[in-house]
Amino acid sequence: MEHDKQKAILEILEQDARTTPEQIAAMLGVDVDLVKQTIRQMESAGIIRRYKTVIDWDRFGEERVFAFIDVKVSPARDVGFDDVAERIYRFPQVHAVYLVSGDHDLRVIVSGRTMKEVAAFVAERLAPLDRVQATYTQFVLKRYKEDGEVYAETEPDRRLVMTP
Amino acid sequence: MKPLSQAVASVPPSGIRRFFDVAAQLEDCISLGVGEPDFVTPWHIREAAIWAIEKGFTTYTSNYGLFTLRQRIAAHLKSRYGVDYSPENEILVTVGVSEGLDIAMRALLNPGDEVIFFEPSYVSYPPCVLFAGGVPVPVPTDYRNGFQPDVERLRKAITPRTKAILLCYPNNPTGAVASRTTLEEIVRIAAEYDLYVISDEIYDRLIYDAEHTCVASLPGAAERTILLGGFSKSYAMTGWRIGYACAPAQVIEMMMKVHQYTILCAPIAAQKAAEEALEHGEPEVERMRREYDRRRRLIVKRLNEIGLECVPPQGAFYVFPSIRCTGLRSEEFTEQLLWEERVAVVPGNVFGNSGEGHVRLSYATSLAKIEEALHRIERFVDKRRK
Repeated sequence: MEHDKQKAILEILEQDARTTPEQIAAMLGVDVDLVKQTIRQMESAGIIRRYKTVIDWDRFGEERVFAFIDVKVSPARDVGFDDVAERIYRFPQVHAVYLVSGDHDLRVIVSGRTMKEVAAFVAERLAPLDRVQATYTQFVLKRYKEDGEVYAETEPDRRLVMTP
Repeated sequence: MKPLSQAVASVPPSGIRRFFDVAAQLEDCISLGVGEPDFVTPWHIREAAIWAIEKGFTTYTSNYGLFTLRQRIAAHLKSRYGVDYSPENEILVTVGVSEGLDIAMRALLNPGDEVIFFEPSYVSYPPCVLFAGGVPVPVPTDYRNGFQPDVERLRKAITPRTKAILLCYPNNPTGAVASRTTLEEIVRIAAEYDLYVISDEIYDRLIYDAEHTCVASLPGAAERTILLGGFSKSYAMTGWRIGYACAPAQVIEMMMKVHQYTILCAPIAAQKAAEEALEHGEPEVERMRREYDRRRRLIVKRLNEIGLECVPPQGAFYVFPSIRCTGLRSEEFTEQLLWEERVAVVPGNVFGNSGEGHVRLSYATSLAKIEEALHRIERFVDKRRK
């Protein structure tokens, strides 16, 4: 399948992972079996990593605290920051880890049930790691938009129900 | 009391009113009857308009519209379609294509002048002609050949009173796109009989598997063509009411006279928004077009499976399937579908007699709603299949 069509499949699935191969085939004007085969190929190539659901946990009533933690690390010969990053991302509390430009080296996003829990994680797990020189923690107070998803009431359809 | 205007009284009330009233009060009704994008105007355009209002762009503009906007419209049309319009005196910024159409008719017509247009057509065409004192002359097109304009029928409709041919491709309600050769032939006929051509190209950017032919770009067309375009559909800006008319200077001057004394100028905030749309709107236009295209393929495939045959439309965001397999007339179909399955569509006959036996479905609605609506339509058709 040509590159553009593959990309279109990915875009459609990125928007709604539950779109069926039949629907995708109709939308792109290609054969269903070819769509199924392409999806399988992209799954095994690791392009499609997995299918997950976007959940508003706040709305469910589940308390979750997020913090951005900027970490200063002294780099090591051969591995740079990779080994420290790896030691950090293996903790299940760690939501994301990025190597960033600027004052700090790693930006880590950590989640926990309470601020105390997150603070304890930083103090007991992150800060004592070898070569970690400093940490700088910012707690998230409110989430407006994440991964392209806006966490506000959806705007109503303001159009008239019938217009010529 | 003395009788009111005969010209206005002669126009029947809107054919969708009674369906609208029902649909508006039914809960859980999915509407495929909406003639506007389901996207909100892209944020960068809204943001530019907010900025303009903050900066005090709250005044009248030139009657023609902001010169900077006219320059951008000229550059845009030149680069897309290779047509040359001077921003000085050949472009007029209007309150949507609706106003452009109205003042084009008023600038062109003398009492009794005939305007030919292909049916099914947008609902405003006959009334606008009538209000301007003209006589609307519909020429039917057929589902069997994809609602393509029939040049022979056009020739037969021409009389000594014919003044203009009104075209709309991509078409509302059929989604049909006329081929370049057909449009060239129509322009040749217009030249042969010395007729004006009014080309409503509001859907020019919503086109799939085809290239848009700007009528004014065809050989010999520019001198007799009034090109009407706008921002409503391409940039999801229906509520801003902003469009433009392009024509030879002497025609624009006439249209401007009507515009000047009735409208004065299009709203300045909308004009500033339109500038932003032309300047930076391209990626959003393409994003929306691609989304419509996917929905279009899906809806066409499903409708044909259900038995509501349709030729794949190549433009706009409408499908206009035949409902023959149900044995119902357009209004019966619409009414029963609305009450039984709570899906609103527009009966084809409101777009003229040749729309009878069809309904118009808009796919400017989320995929999830389209799927659910099609599911309900299938159940409805299954009960009636002949």
